[in-house]
Amino acid sequence: MPAATPKRDEVRFTGFGGQGMAVLGYILGRAAAVYDGKNATMTQSYGPEARGGASSSQVIICDGPVYYPYVIVPNVMVAMSQEGYTKFRENLTDDGKMLVDEDLVSLAPDEDLDRVYRIPATRFAEELGRKIVANIVMLGFLSALTDFVSDEAIRKAIADSVPRGTVDLNMKAYEKGRAHGQQVAGDRSTKAEA
Amino acid sequence: MAEDRRVLTGEHFLNGDHACAEGAMAAGCKFFGGYPITPSSEIAERMSERLPEVGGIYLQMEDELASMNAILGAAWGGWKSMTCTSGPGFSLMMENLGLGVVLETPCVLVNIQRGGPSTGLPTLVGQADMMQARWGSHGDYEIIALAPNSPQEMFDLTYKAFDLSERYRVPTLVMSDECVGHMSEKVVIPPAGKMPEVQRKYTTKKPGEYLPFDHPAGGVAPMVKAGDGYNIHVTGLTHDERGYPVINAEAQDVMVRHLIDKINKNRDDIIDVEEIDVEGADVIIVSYGISSRTCYRALDMAKEEGLKVGMFRLVTVWPFPEEQVRELAKRVKAFVVVELNFGQIYYEVERCACGNAATYLVPHAGGDIHDPADILAALKEAAK
Repeated sequence: MPAATPKRDEVRFTGFGGQGMAVLGYILGRAAAVYDGKNATMTQSYGPEARGGASSSQVIICDGPVYYPYVIVPNVMVAMSQEGYTKFRENLTDDGKMLVDEDLVSLAPDEDLDRVYRIPATRFAEELGRKIVANIVMLGFLSALTDFVSDEAIRKAIADSVPRGTVDLNMKAYEKGRAHGQQVAGDRSTKAEA
Repeated sequence: MAEDRRVLTGEHFLNGDHACAEGAMAAGCKFFGGYPITPSSEIAERMSERLPEVGGIYLQMEDELASMNAILGAAWGGWKSMTCTSGPGFSLMMENLGLGVVLETPCVLVNIQRGGPSTGLPTLVGQADMMQARWGSHGDYEIIALAPNSPQEMFDLTYKAFDLSERYRVPTLVMSDECVGHMSEKVVIPPAGKMPEVQRKYTTKKPGEYLPFDHPAGGVAPMVKAGDGYNIHVTGLTHDERGYPVINAEAQDVMVRHLIDKINKNRDDIIDVEEIDVEGADVIIVSYGISSRTCYRALDMAKEEGLKVGMFRLVTVWPFPEEQVRELAKRVKAFVVVELNFGQIYYEVERCACGNAATYLVPHAGGDIHDPADILAALKEAAK
């Protein structure tokens, strides 16, 4: 039954089909729901193409029940394609965070740089040997910059969601993204103090 | 081993389609005959992996006509059976759904509704098959249809659909939609001890004494299964209690009356609804499936504006909760019906309101869900 507003976090992931945007949403939702004991709803949208079309997923994480299952105004947006960035960039809370793959997204001239967090996620994934784990690099980045799902829960959810034999690679990807996120966050706070 | 794999006890993060498959597994479904179609394919996919684990059979048929027939055959062979489909596939299943009705065959048909008509919107949501669920096959009959609004309910109500289909010997529909089917949420599956396999009632009578289409007052005859030595006749022609064709008005009256009575006389047992703040409400939202999730938000927004609004959610859509709506109509100013179509359940509500309360529709062509603001606007209008 709808009651007093519980804390509700909304994340939108956007990219191309094949980049694993749905998997990203699934792992984050699973981490929150199964391992952090919160309520989480993950939805996705995709076109008829198997690969290459626009793909996005959304995750709502809430202390109470998630009634309305879609993003209203997200507090975090992850863009791994130019199209996704352009389409959804206007729709973010005032203090929201915009996480982008810096090699795939050119920022708009009027973009508010204070809200943007950049990572070469796909390039990092290629350095690890498999471009396909770029989404997990991004998940690590998100984990370092937000606090609504615990690091431990995300690690558990990755371990039981990725294909057998790829857990080590995915963990490395996650750690790479997380380390970069911690560095970026550290730089920001140093800059703020100065 | 097989018993261990029937119920996947634990806390999962599943999409609605997968949760539906797990509900079927828990109920003891052993046969799936189907023709995969978006957005229901994930049910078929999961059943194809899961059924062999319990000694069941997944059979991919050549089309939806054959799929529906295959599950009827499997049921008469003694197994609990199901199929799933969407859009055009649901239309193709209609003829043999009627065969299932007239043969009083327990089975479950899941429709993950997408936008129509025709091929429509394969990957996007719709709720415009609700009347087809009720009247889609030719002839007169009653049917049972449930409308889950979360992955948890996809599990719970698919399990329940098997139970109802056995108790009333009727094909039972799970009328879900693309949003719920593709939405992932936590699904808690209880221990196997709390999820007993749904049981079919078999006759204790000897061959020759057994009447497969008997109709004890308000109930149904127990079943037999092929191979047990009962030489019986099953036919889509109008038949007597033995199953033999009788082509006249008297036999028709007896048979059709039975098909309708066995559901209608047990409405109290079958019907399930969720009521929120109905007492003292001026306006009541009537909704089901994914649309009801949007309504929860509209309900919050309306309360913030000081409106006295409640909600009547259809968990069972067919048989329609006529009595409840009739009673509510005497106490409220208006109903606001929210569904992804241009008026299907709306007309049921209007019919049962009998002019005692105004009935408003918030229509939507499908492809997306309602904007809660549109529902709020209708609630304000209705509350005037």
